[in-house]
Amino acid sequence: MSHDQSLNPETMPNEPEKATLEGKNKFLGFWFFLGGETVLFASLFGTFIALRHSTAGGPSADELFGLELVFIMTMLLLTSSLTSVYAVYHMRNNNFKKMQLWFGITAILGFAFLACEIYEFTHYITEYGFTFRSSAFGSAFYTLVGFHGGHVTFGLAWLIGLMLRNAKRGLNLYNAPKYYTFSLYWHFIDVIWVFIFTVVYLMGKVG
Amino acid sequence: MSIAAAQKRSFGAVLWDYLTTVDHKKIAHLYLFGGGFFFLLGGLEAMIIRIQLIKPENDFVSAGFYNEVLTMHGTTMIFLAAMPLLLGLMNAAVPLQIGARDVAFPFLNSLGFWLFLFGGLMLNCSWFLGGAPDAGWTAYTPLSTTSPGHGVDYYVIGLQIAGAGTLIGGINFLVTIINMRAPGMTFMRMPLFSWTTFITSTLILFAFPALTIGLFLLMFDRMFGSAFFDVGLGGNTIIWQHLFWIFGHPEVYILVLPAFGIFSDVFSTFSKKRLFGYTAMVFATILIAFLGFMVWAHHMFTVGLGPVANSIFAIATMAIAVPTGIKIFNWLATMWGGSISINTTMLWALGFIPTFTIGGMTGVMVASVVADYQYHDTYFVVAHFHYVLVGGTVFGIMAGLHYWWPKMFGRVLNEAMGKLTFWTFFIGFHLTFFIQHFLGLMGMPRRYWVFLEDQGLDLGNLISTIGAFFMAFGVIVFLYNAIYTAVKGEQAPNDPWDGRTLEWAIASPPPHYNFKQTPLTRGLDPLWIEKREGKGEITPAEPLGDIHMPNSSFLPFMMSLGLFIAGFGFIYQVNHNWAYVLLFGGMAITLVSMMIRSLKDDHGYHIPKEELEGEAD
Amino acid sequence: MAENTNSKEANPFQKQKNKEEMQKQVISFAMMILFTIIAFVIVATDMMQEMFVVPVLLLLAIVQVAFQLYYFMHLKDKGHAFAAVMIYGGVWAAALTLAALGVITWW
Repeated sequence: MSHDQSLNPETMPNEPEKATLEGKNKFLGFWFFLGGETVLFASLFGTFIALRHSTAGGPSADELFGLELVFIMTMLLLTSSLTSVYAVYHMRNNNFKKMQLWFGITAILGFAFLACEIYEFTHYITEYGFTFRSSAFGSAFYTLVGFHGGHVTFGLAWLIGLMLRNAKRGLNLYNAPKYYTFSLYWHFIDVIWVFIFTVVYLMGKVG
Repeated sequence: MSIAAAQKRSFGAVLWDYLTTVDHKKIAHLYLFGGGFFFLLGGLEAMIIRIQLIKPENDFVSAGFYNEVLTMHGTTMIFLAAMPLLLGLMNAAVPLQIGARDVAFPFLNSLGFWLFLFGGLMLNCSWFLGGAPDAGWTAYTPLSTTSPGHGVDYYVIGLQIAGAGTLIGGINFLVTIINMRAPGMTFMRMPLFSWTTFITSTLILFAFPALTIGLFLLMFDRMFGSAFFDVGLGGNTIIWQHLFWIFGHPEVYILVLPAFGIFSDVFSTFSKKRLFGYTAMVFATILIAFLGFMVWAHHMFTVGLGPVANSIFAIATMAIAVPTGIKIFNWLATMWGGSISINTTMLWALGFIPTFTIGGMTGVMVASVVADYQYHDTYFVVAHFHYVLVGGTVFGIMAGLHYWWPKMFGRVLNEAMGKLTFWTFFIGFHLTFFIQHFLGLMGMPRRYWVFLEDQGLDLGNLISTIGAFFMAFGVIVFLYNAIYTAVKGEQAPNDPWDGRTLEWAIASPPPHYNFKQTPLTRGLDPLWIEKREGKGEITPAEPLGDIHMPNSSFLPFMMSLGLFIAGFGFIYQVNHNWAYVLLFGGMAITLVSMMIRSLKDDHGYHIPKEELEGEAD
Repeated sequence: MAENTNSKEANPFQKQKNKEEMQKQVISFAMMILFTIIAFVIVATDMMQEMFVVPVLLLLAIVQVAFQLYYFMHLKDKGHAFAAVMIYGGVWAAALTLAALGVITWW
């Protein structure tokens, strides 16, 4: 099993992300990493739940949050999850150009989400004086949502790097696992967001 | 690539080799040297504690310095000594035991080590830069949020960096054991040490993120003015205790399960018998790990969680005694009727059984809530956890070091000196800590700087300190033994112990590709099976071919160095603007290194078949 | 190398299979969007008693996440056994953490 041969797109198998041992390792290792991330975010959610009413006289969740923006952000991120599914679909069909296209759309949607979040944070700070330091609720809110936003930012940097690096050389067995683990990461970000809009925003509105 | 060739190289070449290595055997050496260094440091701190407590109202060290020393003793021993030493043994033995050429992620393996080392250095830099952390190794809030100076900041950043390294190491071993096992090496044929490594890695994966978040919250409160633990702004200090112990209790099992694995292999090898109740041992390990996640609040009985929560956690805690008891009986039954040879390795294992059983017994005592109100924060607890952590983990590490020393360094440790180490350490240990049970029952609180005369504590503390000197003597003999055999010792044979598992089928130390041909496993204790059938060597599972190897890399060192520099930036940006240079500069080093790693293809290299044919087995 | 990239597309059988898979993905996406809208409508219109809202919202979130994991992330496919074990381990540890901080932090 010589190395050059294993990188040949002529022999691309149906699941290129798991065709090499390196790919298999990456696939499994990344899933395990996500298992750890589950606990990481659970700790943040737990902290938020424990502190969500500790407003120290500042604005409460009900006064702060508007559902419209959160709904738009949710739609952006959910759709970006579907577009990355399309990208993996084209990867499995060995259609590199379409894969890049759909990942590109994913990145655009991700940037739109991030812009909304930045707008949201500045809105809270300038309009309500609600900051990271104003109350335990403020600290917990910005830390939880900010950790998610940080994950989105990192994911976008990862995706852009991956797309630019491989733009000219197409899909092979060396970079297919990289694209695939990115798509797993992106779905996981979406999973976290589902709980954020439910626990932070919707349950914050309910009280 | 023989040993002789390696010895001829210049010091610079060897240093560069170790700075860039991705070979699990060399990373094992690094872990052992790094962990050993911090073990000596933690031991020195322990001696300072014991000398301070040798007599009533002693003034050997000041009260503030005493707080720093006891905090650093606990933190160093847990995070920077015990864990790296165990990770070192795992790196040295597990890939060989499962018949793998390397770990799943050699690059990340190296990154994990350098993160640990720089995290540990970060913590210890605090001694020279305004004082070490002084809020106890548990760093309870609000004590830790209000501790003046930068001591606790070093605790936060140092542990954050070292913890990231451990998490990476955990994922690496999980994937290695799942994906890299040799043909025929099914899960239920794996040596127990590989099994406990697997389970321990799972615990690391699920426990460390809670610590990561706890440290982040503490960091934000101390350095960026957030209010998680600031009661005035609605914060809650109990959050830290929960997060810390959700991590902290599994951590106890992270430390002791690998030791259980080592003892299982040792008992079976030196009794010349297959491990008694192998399946039960595996499932007991899994059960301990599972239960270990549900008992963290037994560290918090006196917080006031209420009788219902306290009772649930008390029962769950006592339940752990059941699988642990199964293990003790299985070890005894392994020896029963076996052809036992008693050498240093076996002595450590034999010493472990009564010692750990006492620790387990006092564990059940502190698990009963009503009694715990009396024991809490006394020397009884100190005695309990030293019985399990020294009696379990340290004895396990010592047994593992003597057992695998020939495989790791190509030398058999001197038996006479080994036995001297064992007996002085073992006697010293019981002198030091057995009496502490009674000191605790008499009401001596832990972490106190001085105690008063004529309260019945004088003699007990004196005995305890004398014991500590015995332990120190034992450690010094071990160090001399290691140096002596390195200089004077003879080349170790492949299989000095008449071993049962795959690591004894290859050279000591093994070639950098481990197995020339991937071995075929035909059952539990594969080498023993071949010996019994008169063959004496492992059947290869494949014809001789090219071997794919990973490239060395300097990037893990750079990534960790960047975080180390950025750590100082985080600590000092609170009151100095120049610190931003360190913060952004350090992060830039790390991120650029990560980018280079991502963008530059790294396919590794191949050792051609012709070269392999020329080398001896 | 660049021109070679698309020279061999997947075989027709695989292509058809991938296509069917993709249809399932789109259906699960539609379900996720639907659940999201239901959740937002419940909160926006105040149509339910507070006692019921929180469990309903959590249930909707958990079902959505199951779609993400099983369809989008292929957890239902072959060769995902260990991935599933570790995710459920993480979920278990996460549940304990949430219980600790959500239920017994205050007493």
